[in-house]
Amino acid sequence: MIEVKDLKKNFGDKAVLKGVNVVMEAGKCNLIIGASGSGKTVFMKCLVGLFQPDEGEILYNGVNYTNMDDEQRKGIRKEIGMLFQGSALFDSQTVEQNILFPLNMFTNDTMPQKMKRVNEVLDRVQLKDVNKKFPAELSGGMKKRVGIARAIVLNPKYLFCDEPNSGLDPQTSLVIDKLIKEITVEYNITTIVNTHDMNSVMEIGDHIIYMHQGLKEWEGNNKEIIFSKNELLNEFIFASEFLKDAKDMRMLEQTGKIDNDRNMDELIK
Amino acid sequence: MTLFTEFGRYLLMIKGMFSKPENGKMYWKEFMHQCGEIGIGSLGIVVLISFFIGAVSTLQTAYQLVSPLIPKSTIAQIVRDTIILEFAPTLVCIVLAGVIGSKISSELGNMRVSEQIDALEIMGINTKAYLVAPKIAAALLTIPMLIVISGALGIWGGRLAGTLSGILSPQEFDTGLLSAFVPYNVFFALIKAYTFAFIISSISAFYGYHVNGGALEIGRASTKSVVVSCIAILFADYVLSALLLSN
Repeated sequence: MIEVKDLKKNFGDKAVLKGVNVVMEAGKCNLIIGASGSGKTVFMKCLVGLFQPDEGEILYNGVNYTNMDDEQRKGIRKEIGMLFQGSALFDSQTVEQNILFPLNMFTNDTMPQKMKRVNEVLDRVQLKDVNKKFPAELSGGMKKRVGIARAIVLNPKYLFCDEPNSGLDPQTSLVIDKLIKEITVEYNITTIVNTHDMNSVMEIGDHIIYMHQGLKEWEGNNKEIIFSKNELLNEFIFASEFLKDAKDMRMLEQTGKIDNDRNMDELIK
Repeated sequence: MTLFTEFGRYLLMIKGMFSKPENGKMYWKEFMHQCGEIGIGSLGIVVLISFFIGAVSTLQTAYQLVSPLIPKSTIAQIVRDTIILEFAPTLVCIVLAGVIGSKISSELGNMRVSEQIDALEIMGINTKAYLVAPKIAAALLTIPMLIVISGALGIWGGRLAGTLSGILSPQEFDTGLLSAFVPYNVFFALIKAYTFAFIISSISAFYGYHVNGGALEIGRASTKSVVVSCIAILFADYVLSALLLSN
């Protein structure tokens, strides 16, 4: 579990995070959504320790991460896996070497044990015959899967995913979403996903945090988000006519009415 | 960014390198890899430059020594001292600032931009210690070796050029080479080599490590690292000469 208390971060005169409070539970996919510039990337970077917050606390299972020095943080960082937007694979190393890297650095296992673990995680992310390939030889979706494999190879307690679907086609995005969801439940990980993708929100959003101008504007799950009355949230997620229609159709199905002044006959046609 | 802020960040990077390695074996592996990249990777250009510098030194010294009163072996003395004192350590290090410096800064810059450094940080690795320290250590080990090779090859190139062009015989060159030799000059050359090795590797690592942006910024950092390294080398050359060679 990760608990965030009154987190604030400024860059010069610009306040990017203005006091965020949130609790992210284990075994759930916690999604951070929001428009560009809303502070979600800075929020995630504060959570993993790449940025030092100006005020507030971040508690990993009750342990305050904010006041730790770099040496103390190493302990918690070993429990963190992260999938980056661009996968951040070491481009001079093969897939196998990329996944072996954390094992070589932090375990005293023998090479056969390490290789067994590498093949286990590659199987888990449904990748075969890629061990000797370099990242440049992989597709975007495969790179993401290798990124996930590297992130989970040390059995982390926390998994952070920064825009896992960016640059992927809708089908591959669904595969990645499904994989993130399955891994979260299987390993009982606290997963935090930073995304713009509304498909992800609806598919895996056990806990959704909507950020607006450096503040948590709304919090709920993928069932509640449809019926939210928060105007800013609705403007963000139902930006297109297609999504507005989808929302109203779903409300109509479930409640028999919609809560706006749209012409229902036109919508049903 | 002001000069002082930049210098402060540079010192913080150097300070940040000193921490207990997460895994000694991995650090050793990285150090050996860098020794290969920096040392063996630059050997070819060092050999080529040194040989021709020596050859040109002999020809130009002979061109300037027109008096029949000066023995021809003096040419070898001048070539030897010029190469040991200046050409091998300074000129070769300026070339190495271009070869090694741009490589280090663009490698680290690319790692920064593609979030590979962030990925290492999140794994719990001190990236300054893992990425920067082995490069500086490898440069400190291999660049002085390259300078020694450069000195030897430069003198050999001078001997060969002098002999082939008929300026002086091999015996005359050897006589000059061995006369009035000051071993302290070799010590001075090595002091310069260690200083320049640290300047080249640390400055280029600094600019690469702190890249912010994209491909354009990587190119800028690479250029800046070479320019700043060259200026720092020339400045350090003057300071070391003033300190260690003044009577």
